[in-house]
Amino acid sequence: MLKISNVETFYGKIQALRGVDLDVNDGEIVSLIGSNGAGKSTLLMTISGVNKAKRGNIVFNGENIENKQPHKIVDMGICQVPEGRRIFSRLTVEENLRLGAHANEKGKYFENDIKEVYDLFPVLSDRKTQRGGTLSGGEQQMLAIGRALMSKPKVLLLDEPSLGIAPKLVNQIFLSIKNINKEKNVTIFLVEQNAKKALELADRAYVLVNGKVTIKGSGQELLKNKDIQAAYLEGGAKN
Amino acid sequence: MEKKDIIQSFKDSLFTGLIALALFGPIVGLRTSSKGEGLFITPQWGVVFLLVGLCILGRFLINLNSARKTEITFFSKFTSKFSAITEDKAKHFAITAILFAVVFPFLPFTDRYFMDVAIMILTYIMLGWGLNIVVGLAGLLDLGYVAFYAVGAYSYALIATTFGWSFWICLPLAGVFAAFFGILLGFPVLRLRGDYLAIVTLGFGEIIRIILINWYEVTNGPDGITGIPRPSFFGLPFKRSPDEGETSFHLFFNLEYSTMHRIIFLYYLILVLALITNYFTLKIRKLPVGRAWEALREDEIACKSLGVNPTNTKLTAFAIGAMFGGFAGSFFATRQAFISPESFTFIESAIIVAIVVLGGMGSQTGVVLASIFLIGITEMFRDLEQYRMIAFGGAMVLIMVFKPKGILANRKPTILMHGDKK
Repeated sequence: MLKISNVETFYGKIQALRGVDLDVNDGEIVSLIGSNGAGKSTLLMTISGVNKAKRGNIVFNGENIENKQPHKIVDMGICQVPEGRRIFSRLTVEENLRLGAHANEKGKYFENDIKEVYDLFPVLSDRKTQRGGTLSGGEQQMLAIGRALMSKPKVLLLDEPSLGIAPKLVNQIFLSIKNINKEKNVTIFLVEQNAKKALELADRAYVLVNGKVTIKGSGQELLKNKDIQAAYLEGGAKN
Repeated sequence: MEKKDIIQSFKDSLFTGLIALALFGPIVGLRTSSKGEGLFITPQWGVVFLLVGLCILGRFLINLNSARKTEITFFSKFTSKFSAITEDKAKHFAITAILFAVVFPFLPFTDRYFMDVAIMILTYIMLGWGLNIVVGLAGLLDLGYVAFYAVGAYSYALIATTFGWSFWICLPLAGVFAAFFGILLGFPVLRLRGDYLAIVTLGFGEIIRIILINWYEVTNGPDGITGIPRPSFFGLPFKRSPDEGETSFHLFFNLEYSTMHRIIFLYYLILVLALITNYFTLKIRKLPVGRAWEALREDEIACKSLGVNPTNTKLTAFAIGAMFGGFAGSFFATRQAFISPESFTFIESAIIVAIVVLGGMGSQTGVVLASIFLIGITEMFRDLEQYRMIAFGGAMVLIMVFKPKGILANRKPTILMHGDKK
């Protein structure tokens, strides 16, 4: 469905991605783990067209998208939930959700889609008229995911949904990601630092180190991998 | 209060006096006057000592008050009254204000002077509402808004004097021209935000003014354009003795001739134009494009990730904001019957930005209050001649002290829930 081959992205002269190869198949949950500065977010930004790849191809459903503008890519069905949530803080919850539907039918808003988001995250329904900025971190993350769902994406790109969120809510959010995948049949590409959670959830996973994919395999395989345990699972707990 | 505090505040006020002396000494104390040949310096130490004394006393009194940790009752009353103006009440205020504006020309105390001031305030309200689209909604700080005002005024003046077309044909054309310039400015600044954008727009405003001064063949340079046609009342001119085969306004309605007719007509004209601007803004906020403006102000990256096209969104904001500036410009041209580049200096842009910011970014009612407050106060002190700008500055400081986010800082949601009114 989404095939990334040999992608290189630069920030000025600094190379962030050094030839990334990765695929995401229809209906899967694919996780990408890696430490700070490995290039995880850069890869997501490159897929959604905010950063441009200098070399390599990104093919989505048989079409090359590496040179398309971000809004065109969203129109094709790839929507990103950016790192740090980036909700519109002075706008109300409902306005945020309506903006999510901007790509869909030129901003026409569908009662039904909104209802589905509220069914998924009931807490948002209680806070419809509240400003986005007054929500807690976890609620903001739910709003950001809900907002992205409003564009009816085929692939949802999630950038560190657990960042800065209470552990209890992290579980809830990962559960909803699973629901979105299974019930709404949305393919998920998840980027996480919380390696344990991300690998448990994933059908398949990749490890990104210094702009290159070093290990790939099924989520379960990677959980058992000694190198990964040392670097991302137990090692992380030791400091 | 302890003795230590008093000594402390006394020391502090003496220090204030020292600063005042340093400032007033050269500026006020040394007065140059020309007598016969050359300049002579006449010292005026008396005035300096008076000013310095006032500063010391003022500072001392302020210190005494703050040491006692009681707020000055007058000020706190003032603020609480101000905070009481919320968006909720703003609606009642808006209706009352519109009604008042409609009957205003016929109130017994309304004279020519009041009408002129009211027309001026309404012009600024309209400009403020126009700029509010760009600054308040789309969050693009535009310090060169006067450029579009100028483009509108000059387009109107040139079209009307060259082709002799009526106001109602020239007005939309002027708006289109201004919108075109809005897009022209929009393209190079698409990638800029915040301070950088402000600097470029500032430059754009100056470029337009300098072109107006130097393009003598078309704009008549610093001499300006004279004899711009006055608006007519749907074809009926406001003239004492109309030309052959023409009926003038007062003859048609069987009224005695008065210059006030034209003033009142101009007043209603700008009132209607301003209200159209307001209505348009309120409506467009609820449409996808308006919502995209606000989203762009909040977070550009999030917008991109949701499929909002930032290029189109910014360009429409610039174009539509500029269009209303152009309308206001044509009104200005037809009202003055004479325009020159001098009317479109940076200070105009600054005043309009001040009105939007002080009103509370994005608040329509706030713009009205800020215009009345700033322009009204400046007018009230007109007798002080150039010192009235001090009143202008003072008004700004007052608003910023008591309402740091603007008079009406609350953003009104565009969607109100059916059923769960709170």
